[in-house]
Amino acid sequence: MAEYLIKNGFVFDPVLGIKGDATDIAIKDGKIVETTAIRSPKIIDATGKTVLAGGVDVHAHVAGPKVNIGRNFRPEDKLFTYKPGRGIERMQGGFSVPTVIRTGYNYARMGYTTVMEAAMPPLYARHTHEEMRDTPILDQGAFPVFGNNWFVLEYLKNHEIENTVAYIAWLLRATKGYAVKVVNPGGTEAWAWGLNCENIHDPVPYFDITPAQIVKGLIEANEYLGLPHSMHVHANNLGNPGNYTTTLDTFKLSEGIKPNSKFGRDQVMHHTHVQFHSYGGDSWANVESKAKEIMDYVNSHDNITIDMGQVTLDETTTMTADGPFEHHLTELNHLKWANADVELETGSGVVPYIYSPSIKVCAIQWCIGLELALLAKDPMRVFMTTDHPNAGPFIRYPRIMKWLMSREAREQQFDAFKHKDKVIDATNLAGIDRELDLYEIAQMTRAGPAKALGLAHMYGGLAPGLDADVAVFDFNPNEPYAPDDIEKAFGNARHLFKTGVQVISDHEVVSNGNKRTLWVNARVNENPQVMRDVKEKFLRYYTVTLNNYEVTGHHYLPNPYVIEVDATE
Amino acid sequence: METVTLTIKNQPGLYLEADSITPDAFAGKKAEEIAALPVYVGREEHRLGDFFEVSGKAGATPEETKIIVNGDLSRVKYIGMKMTAGEVVVNGNADMYVGAWMQGGRITVNGNVDAFAGTGMKGGELLIKGNAGNYLGAAYRGDWRGMTGGKIVVSGNAGSDLGTFMNGGEIIVGGDVDVHVATHAEGGKIVIKGNAKSRLGGQMVEGEIYVFGTIDVMMPGFAYRKDVDIEVDGTKGRFALYEGDLGERHRKRKGQAIYGKLYQRVEA
Repeated sequence: MAEYLIKNGFVFDPVLGIKGDATDIAIKDGKIVETTAIRSPKIIDATGKTVLAGGVDVHAHVAGPKVNIGRNFRPEDKLFTYKPGRGIERMQGGFSVPTVIRTGYNYARMGYTTVMEAAMPPLYARHTHEEMRDTPILDQGAFPVFGNNWFVLEYLKNHEIENTVAYIAWLLRATKGYAVKVVNPGGTEAWAWGLNCENIHDPVPYFDITPAQIVKGLIEANEYLGLPHSMHVHANNLGNPGNYTTTLDTFKLSEGIKPNSKFGRDQVMHHTHVQFHSYGGDSWANVESKAKEIMDYVNSHDNITIDMGQVTLDETTTMTADGPFEHHLTELNHLKWANADVELETGSGVVPYIYSPSIKVCAIQWCIGLELALLAKDPMRVFMTTDHPNAGPFIRYPRIMKWLMSREAREQQFDAFKHKDKVIDATNLAGIDRELDLYEIAQMTRAGPAKALGLAHMYGGLAPGLDADVAVFDFNPNEPYAPDDIEKAFGNARHLFKTGVQVISDHEVVSNGNKRTLWVNARVNENPQVMRDVKEKFLRYYTVTLNNYEVTGHHYLPNPYVIEVDATE
Repeated sequence: METVTLTIKNQPGLYLEADSITPDAFAGKKAEEIAALPVYVGREEHRLGDFFEVSGKAGATPEETKIIVNGDLSRVKYIGMKMTAGEVVVNGNADMYVGAWMQGGRITVNGNVDAFAGTGMKGGELLIKGNAGNYLGAAYRGDWRGMTGGKIVVSGNAGSDLGTFMNGGEIIVGGDVDVHVATHAEGGKIVIKGNAKSRLGGQMVEGEIYVFGTIDVMMPGFAYRKDVDIEVDGTKGRFALYEGDLGERHRKRKGQAIYGKLYQRVEA
């Protein structure tokens, strides 16, 4: 493979501890190497530019059936957004629920090279993998959802951790999944009965287990297996005024549990899109930010990580396996609603949503997301996301960088709010002076998420031995700049390397890359009971047979990257 | 006002997507420049001049530009799309999306138009001397933001699904209409001088429908209130007033629920 030397750029890299010093980065055989290890490299002059590792998105909805429901029932989202194919680029379309082709290219343009699909219904794992397969450039993995799964509910109710572990290992293999995802634990199953679980002690109908038992049991199972990533949770009571107490209660379920993983992560719980879970008040009239209370907890407990779920003030498409929440949302905004049930496993809902700067609640949500990041003491544990597309499309990451890096940009946005004074009263943001630097941004978007995913040995930095995922941006941090220059530069990478292949050259996509699908093969002791239960449930309840369920073969994963975990005794 | 005349000389093998035929795109351009504007057949880009003879020149602004399009345009889509001012006269039948999302100015079609004419229209006038196809003045597929302003006048008949998700503006149909009128409407006014079939005002929240002729089947969600003497588009008469769709949620003003209104003429 070609050798490259990216010369003299301002490098920001938490792994090497470089904070903007002009540094040369060498690439050989798909890896970062010492500059002395290359002989006749192609020189990329990065003088006056910023160099970062490829971005890592810990949580986005970019592939699978509910994304496709969004695409199908929102043709208006694609109106006037089509771009014909040109050169290596294939035809693209869509805004908040773009085609997979556009998903790959748009992430690449922002300098991202790894994106995790945050909720894969196991029954539709095949569809999810087909979409990831067709997403160019990006390395991807998908998190199967476990928090409303009948096997898990039954095993955990009976305190059968070893059976839970064996089932998780089987399902990760069957679906080629990456991590244990939990969405509204118990609540989505309750929704199949027309109910919900509104706090962590609200029992699930029929199964008679609480969300607290589900979350705690899955953390224990996750650590028993020693998976690369921790249990990844979207807690109960999302999006409701006063829900921050449920969030804190959920956080506390991680207390006293230590990580057991050889992959270098320090957390046992990742709580996602915390913005949606940090509301005070008891109605939409008096909803207020509880980001401070949330971050006080996060800052003082190092066994949890979170991501923002930043509202971007766009028209978007909300979609989640949290079925009851989407019903709640369509009752609020009276826009169209889609609902799906996934047999023994999960469900989902989809509703379009307009986050308007003229609506007080939307502006408060915008403040809360930014507060989470700006109140973070350790940027290695607080990651930038929009819970794409729920709080906004991922293409707004450069705009979020602008808001985080510039108080002036935040003030401009405050001035554009219709209810500016009420918003300031209900939030903390106006009193926060902090402006993040690119080193902290690199922690929140590269090194931090890579470490939390257990992928610090591949991604997130520019140290020799890591994958050569490197982005070069037209941004000189040492010269004066306007806030909008940040958004412009980081939305349009000048160069991007993905595993040593140059995929963007002078802002043009020049290669569809060498996309890989990551999955975790966890080996456990043979467990005849679980295999008997699986066979029985497929015979009795599932509409498909096991043969039509498992994800196998080249068709679904033409370029797999398997991470082996041995939990046998 | 300057005039540009387009005469079709080559029929496209498939369909021509010609959203560049607008006073906005033509303004300030000479005939050669207008002939060089892009049009599409499927994924292939062509020049407007590959299909049309172009003569005359455009005014400096859209307001000062008139476009006359001659010939059989039944394979030409998007004439006058998104136009903001000026005038377009179509002498012949046109395909889909005539005047879609138009914001101002006037389009006159001396012939028939296919579906989606005036989709998402915001302002201006769209006059169709022949018949209109389905989805006249409707919202784009999937969108809940339909026609919000402007006026569409059809001399002949209109197809099904006119005024879907209508929020404002006016549609007047001289002849008959097919099923589904003002579905999901939250405003606007539709006048049907001929006969209607069925499903008028389904899921309608606000807005008005006037029918001069017969209605085959009334929606069960509409209730008769009273007879009223009114004048509609210059015609006086007695109309039976129905309100609905009672199955929907309705906004309240001063404690009173506001309903969609359906008027049917009972005597001239």
